[in-house]
Amino acid sequence: MSTAAQEKSVYEQIGGEPAMAAAVDVFYRKVLSDDRISHFFEDVDMERQAAKQKAFLTMVTGGPSNYSGKDMRAGHAPLVKRGLNETHFDAVVEHLRATLEELNVPAPLVERVLSIAGGARADVLNR
Amino acid sequence: MARVKHESRWYPLESEESVLDGLLRQGVAVPNACRAGACQSCLMRALSGEIPEAARVGLKDTLRTQGYFLACVCKPVAGTELEVAGADALRVPARIDSLTLLSASVLRVRLSTDAPFDYRAGQYVSLLRADGLARSYSLASLPREGLLELHVRLIPGGAMSGWLAREARVGDTVAVQGPAGSCFYVPGHPEQPLLLAGTGTGLAPLHGIVRDALESGHTGPIWLFHGARTPEGLYLMDALRELAARHSGFHYRPCVLTGGSRDVAEGALDVLIRAECPRPVGFRAWLCGDSGMVLSLRKKLFLSGLSLKDLHADAFLPSAPRVEPVGAR
Ligand SMILES: Cc1cc2nc3c(=O)[nH]c(=O)nc-3n(C[C@H](O)[C@H](O)[C@H](O)COP(=O)(O)OP(=O)(O)OC[C@H]3O[C@@H](n4cnc5c(N)ncnc54)[C@H](O)[C@@H]3O)c2cc1C
Ligand code: HEM
Repeated sequence: MSTAAQEKSVYEQIGGEPAMAAAVDVFYRKVLSDDRISHFFEDVDMERQAAKQKAFLTMVTGGPSNYSGKDMRAGHAPLVKRGLNETHFDAVVEHLRATLEELNVPAPLVERVLSIAGGARADVLNR
Repeated sequence: MARVKHESRWYPLESEESVLDGLLRQGVAVPNACRAGACQSCLMRALSGEIPEAARVGLKDTLRTQGYFLACVCKPVAGTELEVAGADALRVPARIDSLTLLSASVLRVRLSTDAPFDYRAGQYVSLLRADGLARSYSLASLPREGLLELHVRLIPGGAMSGWLAREARVGDTVAVQGPAGSCFYVPGHPEQPLLLAGTGTGLAPLHGIVRDALESGHTGPIWLFHGARTPEGLYLMDALRELAARHSGFHYRPCVLTGGSRDVAEGALDVLIRAECPRPVGFRAWLCGDSGMVLSLRKKLFLSGLSLKDLHADAFLPSAPRVEPVGAR
């Protein structure tokens, strides 16, 4: 792998914006089917929710995103009040891994994405 | 505090109050119905000031660039000064051309407009009575047919449906605003399987979409599921059976919760759909009617493999209770 390819974000390497739509379908379907966490994602407006899933995937794959740690805290604070904890966090990470693997993202890139996601743990859980 | 200027007067908004609620509370008449950002009856235009993005979700680009927004979900941040106007420019005068019962509880309303009205079969419009009462109805007609056709379910105590059933007369003037919504046929994939499901008058847009698809030369299978509580809730059965007889790829499946027969399946709509279309991967789908049914079916179809971009849904949200101006009564 050349240095230039390594510097490219995972987001770009897996195909950027257009690839996100497919990734959202796969990821959101897994999340909604998981009884441990699906209740956090019950939203009358699936389209609006899908847009947020896209924001999530864009962020963890290193795409253009302007969420700060503070935004992450504020955004998930209501969920923490509703009981969001480590177990839920791990479930989301698990689905993230499965999604990327299903989309044939190479293993080293998957690890990079998961480490970005893991880095958000404290903010998401409001620790 | 945010302030809204309308027809040269300023109206203060309370914190977290929408532009619509603030104006209604202070006695300004603004057409509205669902008050949940769906029906688009409360469209207004910003002449100056910053509109939050949430108030423009789902609007066509042509409306956005002209400054239109949905007053019911527009909560300007504190300190904002907004100057707004009504959406009169978007309204087209129309005359009631005919009023016909299609069943004991469904009234077909046909409207003629002076100017041609540009829409896609399956989209919806706001129907406005002369006094400003507004409700959304889906279009069952095709653009080439000229007249606009609505299927209105008669609701006991319903303001608009009751007026249409009892007081409205052929020749009366109303207005239509729109069209809106993304429930329509998109040419380009003639072999893609199509799945249309609706309850009650959710059949209206689906009838338009099915005929549009067939006239556009769609070759893939088309499934139309129409659900009702009892057989009395079904309508247009003969027309749809005849359409199915003429097009081998079109399958019409009426279904009821109780009172099924040889020709009408009995059971829940989603169970029937799963039996007929067990693996809807790669389908395009349209879901219209009762909002509980639409939302749960959308989720089920998504989970069984339909892609979000191929799922179109119009939930027929009921009108929200009226806001009385302060000091009324
Ligand atoms: C996008 C969109 C498209 C729509 N398309 C159609 C359509 O094609 N055909 C159609 O018939 N309707 C359609 N509707 C619903 C329609 O806009 C009105 O809400 C409906 O006709 C009732 O209006 P009304 O003035 O007669 O009754 P209202 O005066 O608004 O309501 C009277 C009472 O009945 C209750 N109520 C209202 N609707 C229902 C219901 N469905 N079931 C039980 N109780 C109810 C209300 O809460 C209220 O208490 C659509 C709505 C939306 C948002
Ligand atoms: C892995 C780290 C995570 C990151 C980087 C992340 C990122 C994001 C982002 C960017 C948004 C969009 C915010 C917006 O546009 O409003 C969001 C929203 C959301 N997230 Fe997360 N998230 C993470 C973990 C989780 C977990 C573990 C859950 C629950 C199990 C969760 C549930 C939600 C929900 C429900 C929303 C929508 C909130 C709303 O509608 O207000 N997230 N997240």
